[in-house]
Amino acid sequence: MTMQAASTNQDAPVTALVNARLIDPASGLDQKGGVLIAGGRIADLGPKIDASAVGDAHLIDCAGHVLAPGLIDMLVFTGEPGHEHRETLATASRAAAAGGVTTMICMPNTEPVIDDVALVDFILRRARDTAQINVHPMAAMTKGLLGEEMTEIGLLRDAGAIAFTNGKTSLANAKMMRNVLAYAKDFGALIIHHLEDPSLAEGGVMNEGEISTRLGLRGMPPVAETIMLERDVRLVELTGGRYHAGQISCRASLEIIRTAKARGLPVTCGVSVNHLTLNENDIGPYRTFFKMRPPLRSEDDRHAMVEGVASGDIDVIVSAHDPQDADVKRRPFAEAADGAIGLETLLSAALRLHHHAGVDLATLLKALTANPAHLLGLDSGRLAKGAPADLVLIDPDTPFVVAPELLRSRSKNTPFDAARLQGRALMTLVAGRALYNYADPGSG
Amino acid sequence: MSIAAEATEFSFPHRHLLGIEGLSRGEINGLLDLAEEAATVSRQVAKKRDDLRGRTLINLFFESSTRTQSSFELAGKRLGADVMNMSTGNSSMQKGETLIDTAVTLNAMRPDILVVRHHAAGAVELLAQKVDCSVINAGDGSHEHPTQALLDALTIRRHKGRIAGLIVAICGDILHSRVARSNILLLNALGARVRVVAPSTLLASGIARLGVEVYSSMWKGLEGADIVMMLRLQRERMLSSLVPSQREYFHFFGLDYDKLACAKPDALIMHPGPMNRGVEIDSIVADDARSVIREQVEMGVAVRMAVLQALARHLPNH
Repeated sequence: MTMQAASTNQDAPVTALVNARLIDPASGLDQKGGVLIAGGRIADLGPKIDASAVGDAHLIDCAGHVLAPGLIDMLVFTGEPGHEHRETLATASRAAAAGGVTTMICMPNTEPVIDDVALVDFILRRARDTAQINVHPMAAMTKGLLGEEMTEIGLLRDAGAIAFTNGKTSLANAKMMRNVLAYAKDFGALIIHHLEDPSLAEGGVMNEGEISTRLGLRGMPPVAETIMLERDVRLVELTGGRYHAGQISCRASLEIIRTAKARGLPVTCGVSVNHLTLNENDIGPYRTFFKMRPPLRSEDDRHAMVEGVASGDIDVIVSAHDPQDADVKRRPFAEAADGAIGLETLLSAALRLHHHAGVDLATLLKALTANPAHLLGLDSGRLAKGAPADLVLIDPDTPFVVAPELLRSRSKNTPFDAARLQGRALMTLVAGRALYNYADPGSG
Repeated sequence: MSIAAEATEFSFPHRHLLGIEGLSRGEINGLLDLAEEAATVSRQVAKKRDDLRGRTLINLFFESSTRTQSSFELAGKRLGADVMNMSTGNSSMQKGETLIDTAVTLNAMRPDILVVRHHAAGAVELLAQKVDCSVINAGDGSHEHPTQALLDALTIRRHKGRIAGLIVAICGDILHSRVARSNILLLNALGARVRVVAPSTLLASGIARLGVEVYSSMWKGLEGADIVMMLRLQRERMLSSLVPSQREYFHFFGLDYDKLACAKPDALIMHPGPMNRGVEIDSIVADDARSVIREQVEMGVAVRMAVLQALARHLPNH
């Protein structure tokens, strides 16, 4: 079924990662120790795993750095199929590995749209043949993402579609949304929705407010997001379908999520690392690399997003990796494409919350590992015996400056150009195989 | 020969004029002083100067315009520049060439000054980053139209002798107006009290943060005003249900004698043009003795001459 890259690699040698600070957000583990890997899975872990205890295993000394489950990025766009000049599964997976991401969930906004069993199969095969990390496709919940006809949710799920979405647009038709939620419920399928009332957001290119007025740009009001979220919560209440708001961006949305959760509804949400670390002021003189959907909001909204991660009300942090080439970005702001790359900078940017907002590492990593794994029903995202050896070794502290030309993504539209970040992935392992090693420039 | 006489030598350390934002009070006043002289020159029989002799000015208009384009053309010619007009109708923009490609192509022709109008906010600034010459923003989307604000200020100053302390009511489609934004910035910089008057659907979000008082009643907004500045209402705004009808708009927001009576008796009536008579302004009010609408057009040429002169000082000489 779904592809766990190289997980059938039974002949892989036994590897031991020792002298690490083990952090497993799923179990709350945070202690010194090591991890023993055999057959692509975690054979053992804990304080007893040290250099003297692992025999002739291939030994990796973690030098006291953090060893955690590999990151699971729930919101990634690639250009394959249809726009390979922006990004392929292969290039995205190299960027992911360099960022400590071991599993990426791909959006169906490709050409053609992933709305058919054969196309899900295509992605899985291409991922198996070309991608280094685990790839799971999402499928469209309406044909062609047009919002008119439901896709074959049951068959698509059997083929390996891990969740269903309407891509970069909201399903405006409430009756259709009701039907999708109700029907998906029968298959236990997760619906991941973009929040943007199309009439309220029409023509908007950034957050509505003083800055949009000063720049003379059409605004997208936060209410375009909250109205859609309120509606969806009511429909979840009606149908019982599992619902995940792909990205929330404003304080009012967080309040809605909190209320829905308090009422016991199967509602979860994500936030992009961009909305945790940037705000509308970063657009400055029409910088199109900061143009995204949902738009970057106010500093107060950003604070709310950070609070939401710290409190656990926001379940998941995503990169919202969306590669766009220079041709569609070097345009007047209103005419430029939305989106920013983020796979490779996801971890480092998220660590800003640890360094500057006091969010502890386990909480931060939970939103990047255990929570997405739980929502998607993956057996990764945890340090546990028998779990896939998808791991990341993290130096949380060493500062560096982002150099876009060194990023592995085929597109270079990063909003973190020349940003000072602190902490990065030192080594990334998928199914026990080291795909990326910061100390070895030849890797990745 | 130069009308930029030593007396008006002021510091204008900018390569481009992309907006009022970023200009200091001294720079604005300096431009207005220079424009005052240009206005005098423009009323003489011999209008021709040589400040821009040998220079090439290209008017690049991606959005149609009659008065701004001809105003810049005349200003350039009066200063001795060679002026070329390009508009979207005959450019390769229609063949899918991007703005940046157009900029790079034009840059290769080595113009000295580009005057650019574009329908997208920020487009002129983007273009300015890609060329070696000076760039003047002749209107970018709903962002800025700096020479319009300068010509409005010059017109006001000539009649009232000052800007500081005056109550200026800017009325109408604030939401979409670059003229309103540039005027708010400029008038605030010179110490005026700026009001905006519009139905809530035509007010921009957070506009009060730009330092204006907000009114949704013309009668209240015009109370005691020294200047009544009307904006053009674009008819397509009615289709997008921002305003229910022309009739209703005129009733509540059109400038007629009834509403004008709330302003000071000697209030100036202004309009950036082109006017919709009977939509935002009663025809008879537009032609009233207090109307300075035609003088605004005259000052437009003067202000553009001043801007060209100020920028020309920094043009390379070899």
